[in-house]
Amino acid sequence: MADTRATVLADIKNSRSKKASDADRAKAVAERLSGRPTGIIPKRGQLKQSERVDLFAEMATKVHSSVVKVKTYEDVPASVSNYLREHNLPAELIMGSDRRLAKAKWAAEKNLTIKKGPSDGQDLVGVSHAKAGIAETGTLLLASGSENPTTINFLADHHIVVIAAKDIKGDMESAWSSLNKKDDQVEMPRAVNFITGPSRSGDIEQKLLLGAHGPRALQIIIVG
Amino acid sequence: MELTSHNLKSNVKDALGNAQLQKALSNVPKGFIDKRAKAAAALDEFEALRDKGREIKDHTLANLDLYLQAYEQKVIENGGHVHWAKTAEDARRIALEICQKHNAKTVTKGKSMITEEVELNEHLLENGIEPVETDLGEYIIQLRNEKPSHIIAPAIHLNQGQIEEDFRRVHTHLEDDRDMSEPETLLAEAREVLRKRYFEADVGFTGANFLVAETGSSVIVTNEGNGDLTQTLGKVHVVMASIEKVVPTLADCSQILRILARSATGQDMSVYTTFSTGPKREKDPDGPDEYHVILLDNGRSDMLGTEFEEMLRCIRCGACINHCPVYHSIGGHAYGSIYPGPMGSVLTPSLAGVEKAGTLPNASTFCGRCESVCPMRIPLPKMMRHWREREFEQHLQPKAARYGLALWAYFAKRPKLYRALVSFAMPALSLLGGTSKRISSLPLASGWTKHRELPAPEGRTFMQAWAQREALKQEAK
Ligand code: SF4
Repeated sequence: MADTRATVLADIKNSRSKKASDADRAKAVAERLSGRPTGIIPKRGQLKQSERVDLFAEMATKVHSSVVKVKTYEDVPASVSNYLREHNLPAELIMGSDRRLAKAKWAAEKNLTIKKGPSDGQDLVGVSHAKAGIAETGTLLLASGSENPTTINFLADHHIVVIAAKDIKGDMESAWSSLNKKDDQVEMPRAVNFITGPSRSGDIEQKLLLGAHGPRALQIIIVG
Repeated sequence: MELTSHNLKSNVKDALGNAQLQKALSNVPKGFIDKRAKAAAALDEFEALRDKGREIKDHTLANLDLYLQAYEQKVIENGGHVHWAKTAEDARRIALEICQKHNAKTVTKGKSMITEEVELNEHLLENGIEPVETDLGEYIIQLRNEKPSHIIAPAIHLNQGQIEEDFRRVHTHLEDDRDMSEPETLLAEAREVLRKRYFEADVGFTGANFLVAETGSSVIVTNEGNGDLTQTLGKVHVVMASIEKVVPTLADCSQILRILARSATGQDMSVYTTFSTGPKREKDPDGPDEYHVILLDNGRSDMLGTEFEEMLRCIRCGACINHCPVYHSIGGHAYGSIYPGPMGSVLTPSLAGVEKAGTLPNASTFCGRCESVCPMRIPLPKMMRHWREREFEQHLQPKAARYGLALWAYFAKRPKLYRALVSFAMPALSLLGGTSKRISSLPLASGWTKHRELPAPEGRTFMQAWAQREALKQEAK
């Protein structure tokens, strides 16, 4: 096995056309990996905060997400209950241990049953909290972990994602910077899911069908 | 890689006479071309991002050995395992060993062209392990025991009615009176059947759109969510990816993502773009217990430093296929390779050898549309020309083909004349017939002429030929 590794690496090294010296190449690679130069950020990714939230909502709606805005976390449980009623869904949902979600006063919604933890595939409705949003494309960034288990993102039929307005960034590059850092380097959670709309397929005659293997509906609640 | 590319001529003939196929293929230009054009036009920076994408990949390829080592180190730091495979056989063996170590009975699979390339499914089946394709298109062709006919839309050669028949044949639990005439019901059925399979699977296989050296992450870009269920619910996640998938940083990856989905499906961003970094962490409630990456060379390192190096920039968006008039006419299977269309005509001979796949670059009209839409600005026509020259030099083509090539070369050396002639695909081929006013001396010719009887050099306009094909499709309805 170690031999195969050496062979592949040697084959790559020997066939390259541009014969820069190894020292120069190593330097270029090290610089790129530590410097991490930002490329071209589209203008629409560089809006002011207030315009960003509007663009985010507009782009998310375009890809068949539905978007509502509430003032504070206190308003989240009622907004979720509303959604369940409107869609004739049972008053049951699953969520992780996210602190901002936990803070909301769920007890006020008397009939609501809340399960905590990862999904086993039997849940109709899941609630998550996003780390960040991307206005450019109406995209949510969700990070794995017990706060927001990855399985909820994909197994619930209806996925409700709460996001703080201030976490809506303009572009993908800025969204990365919302993750934890160590020595100026992003600390990657096991999974980072960028989600842009409910799941879909075009595999039968190129027809757009919503609700392929993941959620059939994506509801975004913007707080603030 | 199983190839029937040497049968190109008869494959083409069959494809052109296949009314069902012709009907299905009409969805290709209809679906993709317009959407890509709109998405590209809606982003002012699109062209600049294409340049950026090229630059990032060129830099990476010049330092590929170093980036792969940096990537490997990060995967290991995050608790993952990296396996190196020189050949398809190596990759299959490593994949099987991982499955056997975990006593796997079934494995789920996200859509992956690399596992098609190394024929992983066949190998697993031979060893008593059931592979379950979970992407809807891949699932459909698995039911039919077929190969994908397109790299991002594997079942695009099929119509709803054919898929319904397959579901009824295999899903024997379906009652006869259950209405399956809508794509929605077919999707719902597949969703239900596959849900169980994710949970049963011991191992989940995915490919990777990118590998990020900075973080040791593998990236998949999908719309259905099946790839994520595959890699989250399997006890073991195995990523199989070819060596050129590596990019330096998250920032670099973000640049290329902006052109990938737009070029592929006309979306600004696909529904799910997931970065996976290692196995389940200590406090994680979900995710795989083990995370493996199999890095496959299979001929790619040989492409470096040659006139085909630029092909390694390919991000498998499928745009060149979607815009190819030859593909529109014959579909993917006729190419006899899992990589069809312009990208396949360049890549397949590189991977499988010009002896086996050298006829493929002839399946082109050199109209240049592929290059004009390729987000990575890969000079596909130029590379197909290189292959034709090599094949010609090696006298691999039948005499008739060489004669055709000589004619073609005549025009190629007179770019103005050539351009005037190839502005539309079919007349271009017909013109290659020269004084005989027939193109029967070209390898593709009898296929084309049988169904179109293309006269030359008067030619017919693309629209006229189109109308005839439409008429053929009507028969299929
Ligand atoms: S060659 Fe270019 S257009 Fe074709 S699949 Fe690759 S990146 Fe896309």
